[in-house]
Amino acid sequence: MPCHDTYIIKLENVSKVFKLDSSYIKALEDLNLSIYNGEFLCIVGPSGCGKSTLLRILAGLEEHTSGNLTIKREPSDKPLNSMVFQGDSLFPWMTVIDNASYGLKMQGVSKKERYEIAGEYLSKMGLEGFEKAYPHQLSGGMRQRVSVARAFASDPEILLMDEPFGSLDEQNKIILQQELLKIWEETRKTTIFVTHSIDEALLLGDRVIVMTTIPGKVKSVIEVNLSRPRDFSEIRSDSTFIALYQKIWRELREEVISDAVKTNL
Amino acid sequence: MQNSMIKKLSILSPILILILWEMLSRFHIIDERLFSSPLLILKVMLPLLISGELLFHMWISIKRIILGFLLGAVPGMVLGLSMGLFPFVRSFFQPLVSATFPIPKLALMPLILIIFGLGEVSKLVIIALGVFYLVLINTMSGVLNIEQIYLDVAKNYGAGKKEFYLTVAFPGALPMIFAGFKVAMGTALLLIVAAELSAAKAGIGWMIWRAYDMFDIETMFSALIVMSFLGFIFSYGLDLIEKLVIPWKNTEAE
Repeated sequence: MPCHDTYIIKLENVSKVFKLDSSYIKALEDLNLSIYNGEFLCIVGPSGCGKSTLLRILAGLEEHTSGNLTIKREPSDKPLNSMVFQGDSLFPWMTVIDNASYGLKMQGVSKKERYEIAGEYLSKMGLEGFEKAYPHQLSGGMRQRVSVARAFASDPEILLMDEPFGSLDEQNKIILQQELLKIWEETRKTTIFVTHSIDEALLLGDRVIVMTTIPGKVKSVIEVNLSRPRDFSEIRSDSTFIALYQKIWRELREEVISDAVKTNL
Repeated sequence: MQNSMIKKLSILSPILILILWEMLSRFHIIDERLFSSPLLILKVMLPLLISGELLFHMWISIKRIILGFLLGAVPGMVLGLSMGLFPFVRSFFQPLVSATFPIPKLALMPLILIIFGLGEVSKLVIIALGVFYLVLINTMSGVLNIEQIYLDVAKNYGAGKKEFYLTVAFPGALPMIFAGFKVAMGTALLLIVAAELSAAKAGIGWMIWRAYDMFDIETMFSALIVMSFLGFIFSYGLDLIEKLVIPWKNTEAE
């Protein structure tokens, strides 16, 4: 269990407003959240609730409009965060190994060393022998493995994952979730994982954050008291898992229904 | 079975046309003095080929096309990349490009002759001008149309400005740049004929115009055949270079 007094990220009343032509859309409103060092945090919420926006703010790809975002870090050469994006994000013009070692290249690591490190993560993701292939020669599941390898290879302090397995079929999803957990347990990196699947959140996370409909804020925080390493085939019949699933589903259901009512008005 | 039939058909059609042409001409259904006939053309073309005259003119034109193309494509690519990458460069040059691009390049021919004289340079300049705009516009839109997610990845993984250009902007724009090259090559072939109309002493375009002056229809057809051959080898060459430079576009997935 992560130590709950050493937060690495603290969000205080964070809001984000998008300007769309002449109207404004509030994606996040007064969001408060602490993320602790070394934890696996999952964020679930109804679609379009601002989960991805939150992640993009943490990744430095968007600026929050108001509130405070504090990121505590010790001085180090490591990059602050690496993101695994939703959908295809590999550069089509680079080979698998060049894609996987992209973060390291940007850090100025020599070619030999970065190929070695990236190659190691690629083989952990079961992609040995595909180093010289181009993304279009791989299946969707394999491409997403390269994205995960790319994020781990650049050795960030925080891993951000935006529904990385959302577009995969069920079997590939389970295999990738397991491989992700295996690597994560070796590294214990602070990970923030956005998903719309309660199953996925409970299988992976130490804590699950349920977000409200747009404008998104934290509705509830649920501790996942399931021991690690988790066995994916057994965990689903665990009584704690079932109880947590129902709890999260009830929370989510309220939001989804209120969202449906709102959009029908 | 079906496939080989289809292939045979596409070989058959040109042969049929040639036979038809020959017949029409033989039976005086079309005027032989104006439309000639495949055999008459062959009779004139073979000696031209063997004497090396045709190859000589071809070589002159090829040199002009390649030099003119490079003279237009390289600056077009550089300016197109800069306009795509830097908004201030774009706002500075965009009105100039928009205002001058619609002028038909042929309309500039007399002006170019006055400025650059009757020599080799004016021929290269007219080709370069035609190529320049097409490459520029394609390159710029290639850069501007790179998908947002690639920009996000580069930013998230800490790519600096220079690294961003080299690893994302340039390779990402390459397919569009090559599309520009291909369109520009068509324009270059069009402009070479016009350029060689005025004040040239050699070249395939010159041959066509000279044959016109001499009412030498067979030589004219021979030159036209060479022209079509040039078009074929240049587009084949560009395809080949594209495959080498953009291996990742080679085989489309699924």
